Amino acid sequence: MSLLRTPLFPAHQKLGGRLIEFGGWEMPVQYSSIVDEHLCVRKASGIFDICHMGEVFLEGPQAANFLNATLGNDIRKLSVGQGQYTHLCNEHGGTVDDLYAYRLASESYLLIINASRIAPDTDWLTRRLSGFAAREGVRMDPASDRMGAVAIQGPRVVEFIGQLFPGGSEAGTPVRQVTDLKKNELGAWKFSGETLWVARTGSTGEDGFEAVGPAGVMEALWNRALAVGHVGCLQPCGLGARDTLRTEVCFPLYGHELDESTSPLEAGLGVFVSLDKGEFVGREALCRQKAEGVSRKCVAFRMVEKSAPPRPGYAIISGESPVGTVVSGTQSPSLGIGIGMGYVPPALAIPGTRIAIEIRGRRCPAEIVKKPIFRKA
Amino acid sequence: MSSQVPNDLRYAKSHEWVRVNGDVATVGITDHAQHELTDVVFVELPNVGRKVRAGEACAVVESVKTASDIYSPVSGEIVGVNKAVADNPALVNSSPFGEGWFLQVRLANAAEVEGLLTPEAYRAQIGV
Repeated sequence: MSLLRTPLFPAHQKLGGRLIEFGGWEMPVQYSSIVDEHLCVRKASGIFDICHMGEVFLEGPQAANFLNATLGNDIRKLSVGQGQYTHLCNEHGGTVDDLYAYRLASESYLLIINASRIAPDTDWLTRRLSGFAAREGVRMDPASDRMGAVAIQGPRVVEFIGQLFPGGSEAGTPVRQVTDLKKNELGAWKFSGETLWVARTGSTGEDGFEAVGPAGVMEALWNRALAVGHVGCLQPCGLGARDTLRTEVCFPLYGHELDESTSPLEAGLGVFVSLDKGEFVGREALCRQKAEGVSRKCVAFRMVEKSAPPRPGYAIISGESPVGTVVSGTQSPSLGIGIGMGYVPPALAIPGTRIAIEIRGRRCPAEIVKKPIFRKA
Repeated sequence: MSSQVPNDLRYAKSHEWVRVNGDVATVGITDHAQHELTDVVFVELPNVGRKVRAGEACAVVESVKTASDIYSPVSGEIVGVNKAVADNPALVNSSPFGEGWFLQVRLANAAEVEGLLTPEAYRAQIGV
């Protein structure tokens, strides 16, 4: 199967981005270097192609009820122009996907889903909808093929984002300028004659914005951002930095911390699951997990001394025995030491607990730490 | 971003270089290889005294993203390793043919060196 390309593929080629396969897509892993791009996002700003991610619109008088019966978080908490992190769970409480749900208008919602999960999510939502009693009141529009998105992240984004999206919002949260959006709020702005939804969200642990809109304007948006972003030292950033940035702040990545046999509770994301909101898929299994306790927990760790970086798949050792597996691991560009996340028995999931990571047959000492691993001073 | 390929060295297809001095070969990775890796964050070196065969994995270099084996281009006994590069892996990026060397092998069979790529052949391989 040939790899999919985003509308920004020509832009990546022009910038000399190094391209790799990710979830069926041909994406830039880096332009200059992962460390360079990572540190630029922490200190200044970076722009990421996230066109590979999926979009699903849901509209109608029953859209909120359908979403609340399908997603883990309580969609009724959302006012128009707000978004929330949430999960699609299966009947066993395993995670079909983790996603963002935005309320665009009174009866209109947008789901931003993982690139590698577009087909399973769409299939799952379609099947749930066909079994939903009030399905006449919901219109579902999977729009990944015609939509794209970019993330602009970092403490200095506020210096130029207003040039990209001037004036007040046209829909969503009413604000006079884009920088008035609060975390998890979104609004609509016109760009090149098209409506873009701009949200104050991101997965780097920094302040920033994500803009989603028609695929046809993405290259112009990308180029315009790079043109106005010089005041904030904006750099194009690849998936490599995206991964190290999210690992430092312990944001899950589907396929690593989460999968169909792992629940959001095991992943430590219970705060995003609303068990008392009423029926939803997986609720029974999740309630049982909550009552009985989970059998493993996702923890963050850092290496205690200089070692090779931990990598996904490496064994976690306690005493003399393997007790779990690393699911994310890298050298932290901010901290200069190996960091990661992995699953261990709950009894070990206490910050300060000493463990070891088995790296090529050698047991390298590590310590379980509180999430996030990296916090800005 | 044209990679350097010094004329006084021999090369392996797997992007190591060899500098021969008497019966000792110094081994490192090429400028092209360090460009491809970027940001070297860890180097694992073999024990001195270990015997290696040509083509055998004998060290590991890790970037933020991946771990890659380093193969000895020649057979012999490891007689020296570069502790400086283990302490400061960034030397691989800043000085791949100098301070960023990996290890030294006492050649078991000096003729093996003649079988390695010439600078011209390595340039052709990496397209510079």
